[in-house]
Amino acid sequence: MAKIVFESVTKTFPGKQAKGRRAGAPGGGAFTALDGVDLEIRAGEFVVVVGPSGCGKSTLLDLLGGLARPTSGRILLDGEPVTGPGLDRGIVFQQYALLPWRTALGNIEFGLEATGVPRRERKERAREFLDLVGLAGFEDRHPHELSGGMRQRVAIARSLAYDPDVLLMDEPFAALDAQTRESLQDELRRIWQRTGKTVVFITHGIEEAVYLGQRVAVMTSRPGRIKETVPVSFGDRATGAGGEELRSSPEFARYRHEIWTLLHDEVARARQLEKEEATV
Amino acid sequence: MSTGTDTKSTVVEAEADRADGGRPPAPAPVREPAPVRESAPVREAAPVRESAPVREPAPAPPAPAAPAAPAVLRAVARWLRAAALRSAAIVALLALWEAAPRLGLVDSTFLPPVSEVAGAWWELAGNGQLAEHTQASLVRSFGGFGIAVVVAVPLGLLIGWYRPVAVLLGPLLEVFRNTAALALLPVFVLLLGIGETSKVSIVVYACVWPILLNTISAVGNADPTLVRLARSMDLSTPKLFQKVILPASVPAIFTGIRLAGAVSILVLVAAEMIGAKAGLGYLINASQFNFAIPEMYAGIVTISAIGVAFNQLLVSVERRLSLWRVPA
Repeated sequence: MAKIVFESVTKTFPGKQAKGRRAGAPGGGAFTALDGVDLEIRAGEFVVVVGPSGCGKSTLLDLLGGLARPTSGRILLDGEPVTGPGLDRGIVFQQYALLPWRTALGNIEFGLEATGVPRRERKERAREFLDLVGLAGFEDRHPHELSGGMRQRVAIARSLAYDPDVLLMDEPFAALDAQTRESLQDELRRIWQRTGKTVVFITHGIEEAVYLGQRVAVMTSRPGRIKETVPVSFGDRATGAGGEELRSSPEFARYRHEIWTLLHDEVARARQLEKEEATV
Repeated sequence: MSTGTDTKSTVVEAEADRADGGRPPAPAPVREPAPVRESAPVREAAPVRESAPVREPAPAPPAPAAPAAPAVLRAVARWLRAAALRSAAIVALLALWEAAPRLGLVDSTFLPPVSEVAGAWWELAGNGQLAEHTQASLVRSFGGFGIAVVVAVPLGLLIGWYRPVAVLLGPLLEVFRNTAALALLPVFVLLLGIGETSKVSIVVYACVWPILLNTISAVGNADPTLVRLARSMDLSTPKLFQKVILPASVPAIFTGIRLAGAVSILVLVAAEMIGAKAGLGYLINASQFNFAIPEMYAGIVTISAIGVAFNQLLVSVERRLSLWRVPA
């Protein structure tokens, strides 16, 4: 039984929302971000969505998070249509979205306050999750006193703390440097294996997609559709192999190339589209 | 009202300090603090001359342990040097004020030397007149300021939250903000008479705009990602306000409040110059009419001291409330 089902989900924005790109879009300036997306995600699965920039990846996540409604089609979560935001889904944003006036611990507690966990328990739970993401000892730091990687760890801990079934991650590591990104990828895999959450992870990094995903859904350029989903399985992932060993394996290179090929045409097309709009 | 008495005492001490410090003429201003270094009680008094509320934690290390003494001494020395540097310009101004009339550069009838002004000030302080006028002014000024804060902050939050309302009212608010409050003083007098009501009202009016406009823009500028975060967690609108919008807006709101603080005193003094029987504005005006020039300057100095003290108080509160802000 699928945990999340996208059924021919379409999302169009009225002309104004297309950031003044009216000229590029046909028919009264409406802007189609997603056009008939079909995707099924099993419980506990780690699915990565990759696509060229502007293909509607983030729109997909907004819809799943309940922050926006599909124009047509529907999204089912545990068989129920998604009608709004809820604490059964936790979103991790690219810009961390930490409350700058709260400490690391306070930020994690923020999620718990929404669920009505009693005050005393909150602190304990927050500490536990800060520990889970490897930030024990940083309880009282404010976000501006933390590095980018640490901030994102706090954000992940916050989303995990209120225990959603599904973790939605919108290019969470895009703003980080390469080393930090890799260590956070390892961390995320470890956390996912430990907690068994369903993860929908959006990125434009192919290596990140191959490294993290059990399945990689490749999207077309605008309007976004699912072009193909590629199951990724490494024989030795179960044995706990990771890091450089995995990244340099021939299988990894093969997957990487496969997805690169799928994406290549789309990226070219997206670039073409952008150029046309810029010249109009 | 406790703030009122606080500031007053600060002002009194600051004045006394200034009066003393002003006496020796020009050459020695920067060297002045040097001999002070050894004696503890005087050091206690030193921060008062500076911005009293902000510096509160600074004079904390009065010799904690013997081995650390040189470091402490060095820190004190550094602090004193900074204090000397920052007060140099003021001391220079006082020295000039003292010297110019005495040397006959200006007519000492219209600009008496600062020592004479200090004497007049001391007399006014002694016979209770100063306290009376200051109290009258502060009650009006803080009263109006307080009402403005209580009215404008919630109103600003509401207007800021409902974007269409903000767009609709924006131009109107700009017009009001840019209409000098004092230009409307005659209108207030016509409508409300020349009593307390019109004076407090004009202060309220003048204070409302900076607070209101800053609050509206603070709400509008709240980080959209944080709003998305809160919405993704299904927070209700009141909760969203309480936990995200309000804390995010505090620094900007406080900037507005600080501006209003300055405005409250400015406008009030002007209002008191037109039809009042008490207040510092009245004191200044009446002294001028009666040709009591030193008293007039004493009033002016008192107002500037109150302004500085009030601003410092607000700055320190602001700083405390926005500690989390990324140091720019």
